[in-house]
Amino acid sequence: MIKTDAIIIGAGPTGLFAVHQLGIIGLKCEVVDNLDRAGGQCIELYPDKPIYDIPAVPECTGEELTNNLLKQIEPFKAGFHFGQRVEEIKQVNNLWVLTTNKGNIFSAPNVIIAGGVGSFEPRKLALKEAEKFENNQIFYSVTNKNLFQNKKISIFGGGDSALDWALELSKLNEITLIHRRTEFRGATHTLNEIKQKEKEGKILIKTPYNLKSIEGESVMTGIQIEHEDGKLEKIKTNYILSFFGLIMKLGPIADWGLNIDKKTIPVNTETFQTNREGIFAIGDICTYPGKLKLILSGFHEAALAARACFKRAKPNETYRFEFTTGSKSIHGRLGLKNE
Amino acid sequence: MPKITYISHKSKKNTVEVPTGLSVMEGALQNNIEGIDADCGGSMACATCHVYVSENWLTKIEKIHDAEQDMLDMAYEPKKNSRLSCQIIVSDDLDGLEVTTPIKQA
Repeated sequence: MIKTDAIIIGAGPTGLFAVHQLGIIGLKCEVVDNLDRAGGQCIELYPDKPIYDIPAVPECTGEELTNNLLKQIEPFKAGFHFGQRVEEIKQVNNLWVLTTNKGNIFSAPNVIIAGGVGSFEPRKLALKEAEKFENNQIFYSVTNKNLFQNKKISIFGGGDSALDWALELSKLNEITLIHRRTEFRGATHTLNEIKQKEKEGKILIKTPYNLKSIEGESVMTGIQIEHEDGKLEKIKTNYILSFFGLIMKLGPIADWGLNIDKKTIPVNTETFQTNREGIFAIGDICTYPGKLKLILSGFHEAALAARACFKRAKPNETYRFEFTTGSKSIHGRLGLKNE
Repeated sequence: MPKITYISHKSKKNTVEVPTGLSVMEGALQNNIEGIDADCGGSMACATCHVYVSENWLTKIEKIHDAEQDMLDMAYEPKKNSRLSCQIIVSDDLDGLEVTTPIKQA
């Protein structure tokens, strides 16, 4: 079990800045995120799109913003726990004990939920039958490509993931790439490679088609796809790989006894505390009168929530407001020398 | 004020007034219309405000851009007449617009 002053759920910009605000007032923290890296929506939804409303930063991409925040919080040496989701939260005396789906356990007087719109999960196929073959013959990500050696594979999607995996797996066997429209969205060199593989007969492209049905009872034997004009076609398939991006789900947070209003958590705007003492919510996931879902609002919320955490983490100490420009103790926490 | 009709996948009609300049997505949120999630808040990054627009209205709304088309690839059961409602801006010309929400958004 890891004991700390605060546990932050979500490593998007707001969660990362919360690390900073806790750090400069001398509090330690651990960060948990379901994704495999920091950045949240900035990295998953719009890594390359410029953002124009970060104060004093005229223009930056989601990726740049994330990298700068990571650099800014480096001195505080927060623990990061990626690729896992907090499943359970329970109160033990004055502390919150959190368990993740990977079995990691954390204990702290404060929990800061900076979970955006929820945790990212792959968007699944619409067909009901797809469920029973999931993780068996239908996959939403690839963990072991050897599984696909000498098998018939149908790949769905028109973006980078679908194209990259079609190219990669076409080295092992023949691929059918199915997409709802004739245009694919990918880098020019990737699209050229796909065209080349199509000429060589390694990749069969089916557009504009959608998945209509899955055949087979206990074992999937094939699929039926439907052309835009209604024409049906059968394709023998051992494995389906489906790449339709990510969706955001509130997930277990909904079961933690927190007040929830339309997928958001109401907070008090003095401390950003929820209805449960010691649990705070900041960023897109919190709501209050006048709430704006802006990164800059998340930064403000992180600053206030961090101060509120101090009282619960160090009940016998007095919190003193200090500026980063002149405070020797803050400079010490930032690891600055020449003091 | 232009009237916009949101039709559920069960054909239930809900007609509301939406101020000019707001998006069809915002009109839905302000009027508690079910079937539009709008997870990303209108930044064209999630495809959970996906709607179907009837043929006769498709030509009257601003043409679809590549980025919206790319995002629609991710939507739940997109069709030829699919649009993201965050990209349809309400104007007097769209008074009477009807959009149908899909069975689910994600």
